[in-house]
Amino acid sequence: MLSRVAETTYWFARYLERAEDTARIVAVNANLLLDLPKGVAPGWRPLVDITGANALFEEHYKEYGERQVVRFLLGDERFAGSVLAALGGARENCRTIRDVVPREAWEQINELYLFARDELPSGLTKKGRHAYLKHLILGVQTIMGLLGGTMLHDQGYRFLRIGRHLERADMVTRTVDVRSANLLPAEAPELGPFNTIQWVSVLKSLTAYQMYRRSEQVRVQRGPVLRFLFQSNAFPRAVHFCIESVRAGLEPLPRSEAALRVVGRLKRSLLGTKVERLSQSELHAFVDELQLGIGDLHAEIARTWFLPPPEPPAQAQQQG
Amino acid sequence: MSIDWTAYPCAGLYDELIEDGRPRPHAVSLVEHLGGLEGAELAARQEAANLAIKEMGVTFTVYSEEGGAIDRAWPFDIIPRIIPKAEWDQVQAGLKQRVEALNLFIDDLYHDQRIITDRVFPAEVLAKSVNFRPQCVGVSPPLATWAHICGSDLVRDADGTIYVLEDNLRVPSGVSYMLENRLVTKRVFPELFEDYAPLPVDDYPSQLFDTLAALSPRPADFPEVAVLTPGIYNSAYFEHAYLAQQMGCELVEGRDLFVGDDDCVYKRTVDGPARLDVIYRRVDDLFIDPEAFRPDSVLGVPGLMRAWKAGKVAIANAPGSGVADDKVVYAFVPEIIRYYLDQDPIIPNVPTYRCMEPDALAYVLGRMEDLVVKPANESGGYGMLVGPASTKAERETFAALVQKDPRNYIAQPALRLSTVPTLFGERIEPRHVDLRPFILSADRVQVTMGGLTRVALRKGSLVVNSSQGGGSKDTWIVETEGR
Repeated sequence: MLSRVAETTYWFARYLERAEDTARIVAVNANLLLDLPKGVAPGWRPLVDITGANALFEEHYKEYGERQVVRFLLGDERFAGSVLAALGGARENCRTIRDVVPREAWEQINELYLFARDELPSGLTKKGRHAYLKHLILGVQTIMGLLGGTMLHDQGYRFLRIGRHLERADMVTRTVDVRSANLLPAEAPELGPFNTIQWVSVLKSLTAYQMYRRSEQVRVQRGPVLRFLFQSNAFPRAVHFCIESVRAGLEPLPRSEAALRVVGRLKRSLLGTKVERLSQSELHAFVDELQLGIGDLHAEIARTWFLPPPEPPAQAQQQG
Repeated sequence: MSIDWTAYPCAGLYDELIEDGRPRPHAVSLVEHLGGLEGAELAARQEAANLAIKEMGVTFTVYSEEGGAIDRAWPFDIIPRIIPKAEWDQVQAGLKQRVEALNLFIDDLYHDQRIITDRVFPAEVLAKSVNFRPQCVGVSPPLATWAHICGSDLVRDADGTIYVLEDNLRVPSGVSYMLENRLVTKRVFPELFEDYAPLPVDDYPSQLFDTLAALSPRPADFPEVAVLTPGIYNSAYFEHAYLAQQMGCELVEGRDLFVGDDDCVYKRTVDGPARLDVIYRRVDDLFIDPEAFRPDSVLGVPGLMRAWKAGKVAIANAPGSGVADDKVVYAFVPEIIRYYLDQDPIIPNVPTYRCMEPDALAYVLGRMEDLVVKPANESGGYGMLVGPASTKAERETFAALVQKDPRNYIAQPALRLSTVPTLFGERIEPRHVDLRPFILSADRVQVTMGGLTRVALRKGSLVVNSSQGGGSKDTWIVETEGR
């Protein structure tokens, strides 16, 4: 497989995953807000915090209101992480690898992008939002299903899997970081009843609530929730599961030793930490560490398998 | 309301389906079927076709489109154009003859230039050719074939004669749309196929692969073939990706390849360098190798010409084959056919005035309002003067251009291109068409079954190029025996 195609396939998957993840956090937020008492509810700002694009947001919007945040996350093409921009990115990447992906998958991503663009006005209304997001999430799932079910499971598919899970691991760590930081101070006993609700909200942001219940069979509490989201190797949106999927994708590739070493470091730091005992600030530092590890892993994958960056023009070298 | 064919206005023109308000023999079933449909039903079918094209992502790119939108849906009209098989057989034979002669011509120009020594082809035309590549002199590509893929544009005049309008020997495009048009017709008009069995077009990709494989420097059943594209911003990118996909080979850009010290061409792959045998390049000559041609090209592969000359890689079409893709050379094709093959041309050229000849120049300058004047090396319908549609000022500007560089211009009478019924909302009107079949040459020569019919959608317009408001139609070759 061409290095450029491997790279494009990888980014195609990352953009698709990004679109789905962003659609999911928007979809659950509205529901969460209904469950929390006014004055305690964190509002819409945390969604922008998760993406880390606050500077860009503040450049274009005056306040973190529902309307502004939803527009920014769903339809603002100036923001590369918005659902529309991510789907556009996936589509453009897919266009350049049309010889690799099955035709149906290309048709599906093309349709999905056109839907996201044309139906955006309805997706921005409170009434239409649910149906819009559901269609988008199902659409991405359909594409992933199509690829899994109709594409050759060769190197191209491995890069797809690697890209998808690396993106997801990145998004999950960000979400836990922001969502848990917005929780109430521990020394506010009068808000005790809501404590559970808030950890439920963390799970729901990651579509993890039902599976947490099945897996843990305990009350929703900070410790088990963190353990589940970081360290489960059975839940597909848990960081451990994602990293393990990346590892499995990397292993059969040629010259994979260096990248596997980075995965090894990442896994040791992930599994060697007692996450349930971390204080909020320790948790934040832990997430930072994971994020750096994910960044290192991306850099190593790019260095080993993707096209080398173009050489600087001869003139520039002379001047240097 | 259904269609009244007797009111269909095609007087003084040759319509491919209708003659004097009645269907031609090969079009009877089609015309009857169309006649049985309500206008609204027809419009709905067209709508379905447009939707299918949008969903299939069949696009072409327009350079001038402002920000973001880099592709447009492929414009397609659902009423097919039908050509009887018997007539097509003649056309096929004529195209094979033509391409065979052109390949001999190119090979001769890069070797002994006998045709010039024998005074059949003027040395000055070659001297001024912008597509002659001195870098190719003395090179002998496999099978002595240079133009492996040729797209020749055919037109039919009012009296029914089919002419060759031009030959595209550099990087002709359009074949993917020919294939997609058939798929769309099958989706939206399946019942038409009950009465007709148009000869299939879909074996083109495998024929193309066979053609390319025949050129491989290494004998192998499945040589490594790749399609070289300038990238996503090229107007024909859709086609490049499509053909690579259909042939099951890699779509590469210049940066994916490099030439090793052993003069072989390698792909940069996840597994490390992998040797490539045949390149179907969709990049113009001047950009394929910055070492040999334009040093500023980032689309090419440094050293590619070295590899090609050493016979370590095959390139289709061969660099330099564009020398025969010149409207002045075109004017000599009848002589070229006679010279190399000792045969009369089966398909005539459009009568052509070569402005380099003083008598012809005088005639052209005196009759500009009746003629179409074309520069030698433009494509896509750019830079030409359509006399009958021109203003006096335009003609004067053009006359000055021609006088300044007569070698660079030819002129032809403005043909009344044939028409095909075309759908506009719920109405059907005649629109002018041409036809671009594709001819593949390697160890054998093959012609597509039909080709891409392009249609000028604007009323009265003769410009069929998709970049200038043209559309397309499915083209059917049908057996008429016993009908």
